[in-house]
Formats: sequence, C-alpha cells, structure tokens
Amino acid sequence: MYATDFAYHAPASLREVVALLQQGDPNGGEVKVLAGGQSLIPLLKLRMAAPAALVDLRNVAELRGISEEGDGVVIGAATTYFQTIDSPVVQRRCPLLVQAISQVGDPQVRARGTVGGSLAHADPAGDLPAVAVALDAELRAVGPNGQRTIAAKDFFVDLLTTSLDPAEVLTAVKFAATDRPHTGTSYQKHRHPASGYAVVGVAAVVMLNDDGTVQAARIGVTGAGAHAARASGVEQAIAGKTLDDATLTSAVASVTDGMELMSDTYASSEYRAHLARVLTKRALLDAAARAR
Amino acid sequence: MAATSMIGAAVKRREDPRFITGHGQYTDDIKLPGMVHMAILRSPYAHARIKSIDTSKAKAMAGVRAVYTGKDLEGKVGNMPPVFIIPDANFKTPAYPVIAIDTVRYTGDQVAVVVADSPAIARDALDQIDVDYEPLPVVVNEEEAVKPGAPQLHSDVPDNVLFHWKIAGGDPDAAFQNAEVVIKERFIQQRLIPNAMEPRSAVARWDPGTGELTIWHTTQNPHITRFVFSLLNGIPENKIRVISRDVGGGFGSKIDTYPSDVVAIFATRDLGLPVKWVEDRRENFVGTIHGRAQTQEAELAATRDGKITGVRVKSYANMGAYTSTGPAAGVPTWLFGLVVPGAYTIPNAQIEVIGAMTNTTPTSAYRGAGRPEASYLIERMVDRLAGELGMDPVELRRKNLIPADAFPYTSATGLVYDSGNYQAALDKALAMVGYDSFRQEQRQQRQQGKYVGIGFSTYMECCGLAPSRLMDDIGFQAGQWEVGTVRLLATGKAIVLTGTSPHGQGEETTFAQIVSDKLGLPIEDIEVVHGDTGAISMGWGTYGSRGNAVGGSAVYLATEKVLEKSKKLAAHLLEAAPEDIVAENGKFFVAGSPGKSFSIQDIALQANLAWNLPDGMAPGLEENSFFDPLNFVFPFGTHICVAEVDAETGETKILRYIAVDDCGVVINPTIVDGQIHGGIAQGIGQALYEHAIYDENGNLITGSMMDYVVPNARQIPFMELDRTVTPAPQTPHGAKGIGEAGTIASTQAVVNAVVDALAPLGIKNLDMPLTPERVWHAIQQARGGSNGH
Ligand SMILES: Cc1cc2nc3c(=O)[nH]c(=O)nc-3n(C[C@H](O)[C@H](O)[C@H](O)COP(=O)(O)OP(=O)(O)OC[C@H]3O[C@@H](n4cnc5c(N)ncnc54)[C@H](O)[C@@H]3O)c2cc1C
Repeated sequence: MYATDFAYHAPASLREVVALLQQGDPNGGEVKVLAGGQSLIPLLKLRMAAPAALVDLRNVAELRGISEEGDGVVIGAATTYFQTIDSPVVQRRCPLLVQAISQVGDPQVRARGTVGGSLAHADPAGDLPAVAVALDAELRAVGPNGQRTIAAKDFFVDLLTTSLDPAEVLTAVKFAATDRPHTGTSYQKHRHPASGYAVVGVAAVVMLNDDGTVQAARIGVTGAGAHAARASGVEQAIAGKTLDDATLTSAVASVTDGMELMSDTYASSEYRAHLARVLTKRALLDAAARAR
Repeated sequence: MAATSMIGAAVKRREDPRFITGHGQYTDDIKLPGMVHMAILRSPYAHARIKSIDTSKAKAMAGVRAVYTGKDLEGKVGNMPPVFIIPDANFKTPAYPVIAIDTVRYTGDQVAVVVADSPAIARDALDQIDVDYEPLPVVVNEEEAVKPGAPQLHSDVPDNVLFHWKIAGGDPDAAFQNAEVVIKERFIQQRLIPNAMEPRSAVARWDPGTGELTIWHTTQNPHITRFVFSLLNGIPENKIRVISRDVGGGFGSKIDTYPSDVVAIFATRDLGLPVKWVEDRRENFVGTIHGRAQTQEAELAATRDGKITGVRVKSYANMGAYTSTGPAAGVPTWLFGLVVPGAYTIPNAQIEVIGAMTNTTPTSAYRGAGRPEASYLIERMVDRLAGELGMDPVELRRKNLIPADAFPYTSATGLVYDSGNYQAALDKALAMVGYDSFRQEQRQQRQQGKYVGIGFSTYMECCGLAPSRLMDDIGFQAGQWEVGTVRLLATGKAIVLTGTSPHGQGEETTFAQIVSDKLGLPIEDIEVVHGDTGAISMGWGTYGSRGNAVGGSAVYLATEKVLEKSKKLAAHLLEAAPEDIVAENGKFFVAGSPGKSFSIQDIALQANLAWNLPDGMAPGLEENSFFDPLNFVFPFGTHICVAEVDAETGETKILRYIAVDDCGVVINPTIVDGQIHGGIAQGIGQALYEHAIYDENGNLITGSMMDYVVPNARQIPFMELDRTVTPAPQTPHGAKGIGEAGTIASTQAVVNAVVDALAPLGIKNLDMPLTPERVWHAIQQARGGSNGH
C-alpha cells in the first residue's frame, strides 16, 4: 500500500491552486487536487491513480465555510461533511443534506471528506451527488478561463466523470433551500454492507398543494446508473396527484429509464432497478409526510 | 484455595491497557538497525505457465538488495510440507514450492520476491519485474474440478482429487432403506476469508556469529513454525527462536506456516541483514488461507413420528491450489465428519469427503474449522425434517437430543461425548425468548404481512484438541499436549510460562487467575509469558479451542505442584506434618492455628534462599506439568435467532439473538462472553454477509474491504447471553473450550430463522450468504414471478 512518487503542493490561495493546475506537470503527468483524501488516497495506495503532483486544498481558507444566499445555502468546496451537518443554517434550510451526509461512510470519513471532493469525484455510488441533483445545486468552478457555474444535472457526465475541466477547481456549491411551506425532503439509501456506499440512494424533495396533491417534486438517484441523475419521468408522473399506492407504483416504474444500470456481485442491474423503485417510493412518501 | 475465588471472577483483561494505548508490540512494531524490507510479486493469473521472468530492471534500481525467483531458491529451501496427512484416503502430496517455479496455480501465488532498503522501493521494484505468462485453463469450483476433463493442477494429483475420505458408523445403508422419511438437501458452505485485524508479517534476523535465527512472527503456534523453519531452511531447531508476543487475531489463518516467512528467513541469511515483511490488506485477501468452501449433499433418515435414524453426507471440499502447511485437509475430514451427528442420538452415519484442488487460495482452518460446516448441516437438516413432518422444530429436537443421563455418550462416528445436559440449555434459551407465546405472535404478525421467523441451533462441538495418541490415527503430524511452568521468585512474584500462544483470547488474564486462585497470590504479581520459543520449552499452539482446556490445564497442574511443595516447606518451617498444613488466601498454617502462618511470599523467599529446607528438598519454587488428556472436550448449548425479512427488498433484520452456552467451568465470565460475542459475529457474517467470490478466470472479485463484508457493529445485533455449567470430567479445572463455539452455533440459527420467516411462501432452503438480492429473488420465485411491489 505505497503510492508512487508525487510532488506535493499546499498553497494558501485559490489563485495559486489554479496556477499550479494550469502549469501542469513538466513531463505531462497528471496534477490533481487533494481535498479530504477519502477517495483519492485509497486510489493512490492501490496505484489506481498515479498523479505526478498533488495540490492540497488544506490551507485555502476561502474554499471553506457556509453562507446563506437568497433562496439557497452556499457551501465552500473544501468544507467537510461534519462542518456541513453541524451548521445550524444547513440544519434549518437543507435538512436533506444532513440526512444524507449522516449516512456517508463512518465518522472518520465524515471528519475528513469534503462536499466539493465528493461531488468532483462523482463516485456512481456516492450519496451527495443524488442530493445535489434533488436540491438543484449550482456548482461553481474556477479555472484558467475564469469562473463558471454548472447545474447539477449537467455536472455528472459518466462514471467518475464530471464536466469539470482538469485545470478547474470546484470552489463552492449552492443548494436550494427547502425550508418552505408544504415542502419536505427525504433520503433513502440501501447501504452496501461492506463499503457503506449507496447501492442505490434516492433523494427526494416534495412540494405539496394545500389539498395534499403534489405540486412539484425533484428526485435524484445515485448508485443505480453510472452517475447520479434526475428521475424526471417520476417527477412528472406524480405532479398534481395524490401519493396513493397505485399512483406511486405506476410512477416509480420509470425511475431508472434512460439509466445505464450497473451490476456487480452484490446487486444485479435487475435488483438495482427494483431497489430504485422501492426507495423512490419510500423517499416520496417520507418527504410528503414531512411536507405536511 | 483462596477464600475469594479467582475462578469465575470477571477480572478485566490485563492485556487490554497496552493494546488500547498503542503499546502492544506487534511484529510490525519491531524495528532493527540495518533492517531491509521485503515485498512479494504475486501472480495476476489463476493458472499459467511462467515462460520467463526478467528481474534485471528491478535489480538495477537504487536501494534494491536482492530479487529472488523460484529458480533462485530451488534446492536451497524445502517445499512447503502438508502437516495433516489423512490416512486411508489415497492422500496426495503435490509439490508446493515457496516461490512458484514454472507454474502459478492461483491469483496470489508467489512469483518473485524483492528485498530493498525501504518498503516503498521494494513495492516500486515489483512493477519493474517482467513476467511472461502463458495462461492455462482454470477451475475454481470444487465439484467442477473433479469432473473428467477439468483443467488439471498437479500432474501427480489425477482428477484434482487430493484425497477421498470416508467414515461410517452403525448401518447407514440399512437405515436409509428402512426409513419412513428421507430428506435430501444440498448445502453450499461458501468460502470465507478470516481477515484477522493484524495482517501477517515477519522480521527475520540471522546472526552469522552464532548461526542463530530469530524471527518475530505472526503465528498462533511459534513452536510448530520453529520446527517447519528448521526443516525448510536447514537451520537446527535449537538455533531458531520464534517470538510472537502480541498477535492481532488469527481465527485459524495464523496456524499455517507460509512461504513468505520461509523466504524472509532465506533472505536474512543470504544478505546478512534483518529482513522485514508486512503483508498489506489486499495481499491478505489472496495470500493468506481461506476457510469453509464445501458443497455438501446431505440426507437424513427418520421415522414418521420424528426419530432420526441416519445421516449420510457426501461433501466436496475445496482445498485450493496447494495443501497449506496447516490443518488444511484435516478440516473438511476429521474436524467435520466426526461431529456431523451433532447433539442427537443418530445411530447410523456415513460421511464421505472428496478434497478437490482448484485454482484458488489454499483453504485451511477458519474459526470452528469443520465443525461449523457440520453443525450447519445437521441443524438445517433437523429444521428441514421438522418442516417436512409438520412438527415444531423444538419438539423434534427434544425427541432426538442425547439425554442428560446418557453421558459419556458414544456417537455413531466413534466420539465419546464427555458430559452434557442439552435439554437444560434448550429450556433456558426457550424461556429467555418466550417461546410459549412466540408462535401465537408469529401468526398475528403473518396476518399483518410481516415475515418474522425463529431459528434454533441446539449445537454441540468437539474441541480442546488433545489426545496426542489420537493424532497419529487422524494424520496430524504433531503432538497435542501442553506444558505449563510456574516459577516463584524470591520477591514473591510469579512467572508463568505457557506454550499456549494467545492472539486475542486473553490467557494473560485467565492463566494468571488459575495461579492466583490456587496460591493466593495477587494477580498483579503474576506474569504470564507466552509466544517465545526462547523462553518456553514447548507448546503446540492456540487453535481448536485448546488454550484453556489443554494449556490452562497444564498450568493448573503445575500450580498444584507448587502448592504441594509450598505446603511441605511451610510444614518444615512450622515444625508440623505436611498433611496438617492448611493453605488459605495465600497463608500457610497448621490446621486450627491460623495465628502463626507463613505467606506464599515467605515460602517463595525461603525456597529461593534455600537456607533452611527440609532434607531432600530441591531449592527454588518452580514446577513443570505436562497435560495430555485422554479425550476432547465437548461444549454445547442452544442459540436462538429471531429475524424479520423485508419482503420488498429482501433485507434481513435480526430482532433478537439469544445464546445459552455451556463450556464447563468458567474461569472468567467476561472473557467467555467476549469469545461468544466475537464467534456469533463471525457466524452471522457467514449467514448474512461474507462471501469470497471467484470469477471463472480465478480472480477473487471480493478481494477488498469494499466488497468483502466483514460485519461491523452496525450489522451485529445485541446478544442476550446466559449459560449452564456442566463441568468437563477430563480437565483438572473442569473447563471446556469456548473459542469457536459462537461461530459453530450461530450461522444456522440465523438461516433457520430466515427460512422460518419465509415458510408461508413455501421456501425451504436458501444459500448463504442471505444477501438481500438472493432473498428477494427467492421470494419472487416463490410468489411465481410477480415483482412484488
Ligand atoms: C471507508 C470509506 C467509506 C466511504 N463511504 C462513503 C459513503 O457511504 N458514501 C459516499 O458518498 N462516500 C463515501 N466515501 C467517500 C467519501 O465520501 C469521500 O470523502 C468523497 O467521495 C471525496 O471527498 P474528499 O474530500 O475526501 O476528496 P478527495 O479524496 O481528496 O478527492 C476526490 C477527487 O475529487 C477531486 N477534488 C477534490 N476536491 C476538489 C475540488 N474542490 N475541485 C476539483 N476537484 C476536486 C480530487 O482531485 C479527486 O480526484 C467513503 C470513503 C471511505 C474511505
């Protein structure tokens, strides 16, 4: 469990981080950002990643912190899971983040892992990507060409692949707040018994009308396909309806439509699709209950 | 005898403070001046011919001291020998070189070894070794391996059959011919990976001046490995010192002597430098033995009214690519077959086992080693029979359990069960679970659409591996006695030497309790020394739940001798006859006159000074005792699991877990409970989670902690424990063994509970582990394919 040799930088400013990424490695090797290291360091030790240099974000204060911004909460990319769920602002305005992050890995992972690292890594079984999709997150990145914002639904491209440029660094993420009337959220996860990751995880935001019918819903699914995705078909199928068993059963049938379902020794694609349906149903019911 | 007995006292484990404050001394903590580091290149192929190996680039790297291939070691070190050679079973002994020479036979097989100045350089150098492989056809499954036309692993093992073993007792054929009911079932004992917390490691130091080898080493039996090293490395046994002070778990996987250790010894002699090797977790998954891995065809014969008349088993045991230098072939044969009839009066039994060689990691002993496979089989079969007869599984058990007045009881396989009261344990467990009202509640829950079930395991097991004279009959190339030494120093402190080699079991505490109890010495004044062949004359190791039953007994007997001598000396000092001396609470006095006494510390001082000893008494206060009992010990008990299945997802939740175990006299209840907790956790692991899966190319696809489920606290339920105490008649302290019972008892309790939960759907058997997907599929199938939501 020894990584290959790499150069190590720990600059104090975002500007330097971007400069180091832009410069790259003189020999054409990879230069990678290191945040909490909870995904990257295992890859290094297994020699599944062998970057020429690491740029550690640990000294970059401007990438940490939580603030309110209009109808959302902005979380610095290098803010840890624990800092996030300990924040009263997050607890009040985005309880879905708290519910999901509490189910990530174990306390050590939550102490070191970061919001930005989790999203940038785009693990197909990661929990946070589902939440980012359901909370309509805006991901803010800085690169050689300046700053840009990417919508969560466009951010996750494939297995471990995002629309970030290799020289770009994620700086902050804005999550839509859900502390509004008749709005409830829920995260339902089937935990892999070994890794703790989501075999399937479903994040749901449900907004109800006064009569209890669904005004609108946003559903993010992780674990089933190669990357986290919105289940728009289900969202449309329940809009305007009461969440009774028949409605739900027929609505969730389409939850994995368009997904390239994953399969492994623990869960076949057939079982993943089944779990996605069951968990979507449970997430919607739980979110609706909380909305009342 | 001390007034306040230490036997049965819940003394806190004395070894724990050093472990939990980071002061344990594990092999990886050993750092010697000039030490160099070894890394192993392991085969990425499950079966391939090695066409060529080019080590020149690795050898040229700065900091690399040596690179060894199989050819380099050929003729210089011996092949790994089997230590369990099953008699009358056409047992084969294919060559097992320490480094593969021209063929690799499993992914993880050793191909080359690098020694370098740092572990990182050694690791880098592995990437610079070019090996040209020619892949060969692969077979991983035990039943496939012995079929005609299967890929052959060793030219001298036709059809990959390592052995074909059979035992029978009574008249099994007649029993099945005359049976009113016959149940057949096929069980798959999936392959498991022991996963001790501390991976294997070794630090080997050759002293060219004295010609002595010292090796710090993760082993459960330092004296046995000393013998193997002597044999393979050609160093006289009395010039080798094996030290294994703190070992972080083994579960059987550190009984074996491994090729890695033999190479480390070769390297330290070759280079004249101390050599360290530490296995990483990935290596541990492929390079350390696996356990279980059997496919069993089981049959039970019975009368209509539920009397079991016979059991027949044909099992295919997956031995992996080589016979490991450990219990290996002994596990699926003797350790399995003898206990197949379990706790029941089954007069006729036949057990046949075919040992198959496959392109997988060698298998050997994993906690329970053979007995979990047997007790799973019989306990599942009893439940199947109950289902078939429409009888309550408890009632069926009562009908067949060996009665309490039948001990010593001779089983159909020839074992003589020492003592037991199976009904008492069952009654206690039933009361704890509230079985009287359970079925009623279950019916109500079923009406509400809940799938709740109860599973029983009225297990027995056979452990405390001892009668040395029996080892010859079963083919174990070892003795199984133990020796204990108790030495009192002039200052009244005691040193206890034991060949038992604890690696988590807590004998530093329990053995001190045995001595303290007898001599009245404070436990803090007793030092238990283990795991060092330089200090301890002999020991056959810690496995088979023999630590206390055999090693503890030897210590007990040595303490008794110290007490006898102390009494004699006290008598001399008190000018009385030895038979008039009373020893109580560490004081020696003449019966009826406690006012004038000598303490054990006074006696120790006088014995060591030897100024005033009775004529003929040797100086010092040190005694040795050997113990080699005439029989095994037979713990038993009842485990009950209550589980609920989420029919929508197939997930199992254990609602209650009850265990009533009987391991004879208990020295330390906290430690016994701890052994049971850990054993049950591993048993639940097998039932619900653990599975070493190979793909058809022989790649271990669950070869990491991300894929292989070692259950953690989140997955293990609260356990309600109680016990009964039926003393062992053959050990001096009356204790049996408890190291493996939890594992042997628990797996089938869980599976029986799940099958019971799903009984309304007509489900009769499920393969382990009961993963949610498997259970969900079974439910789907039982419901006729509707997708259930
Ligand atoms: C034992 C264990 C269990 C786990 N269980 C779970 C689980 O249940 N659910 C779950 O979701 N996750 C789980 N994880 C993964 C964990 O959530 C990781 O922390 C997370 O995926 C990565 O965050 P990090 O800050 O550690 O990133 P790092 O590991 O440091 O980096 C990950 C990747 O993201 C890139 N990166 C990091 N920050 C940025 C940035 N600001 N801009 C651009 N690129 C960046 C890095 O270059 C790297 O490629 C587990 C991890 C472990 C070790």
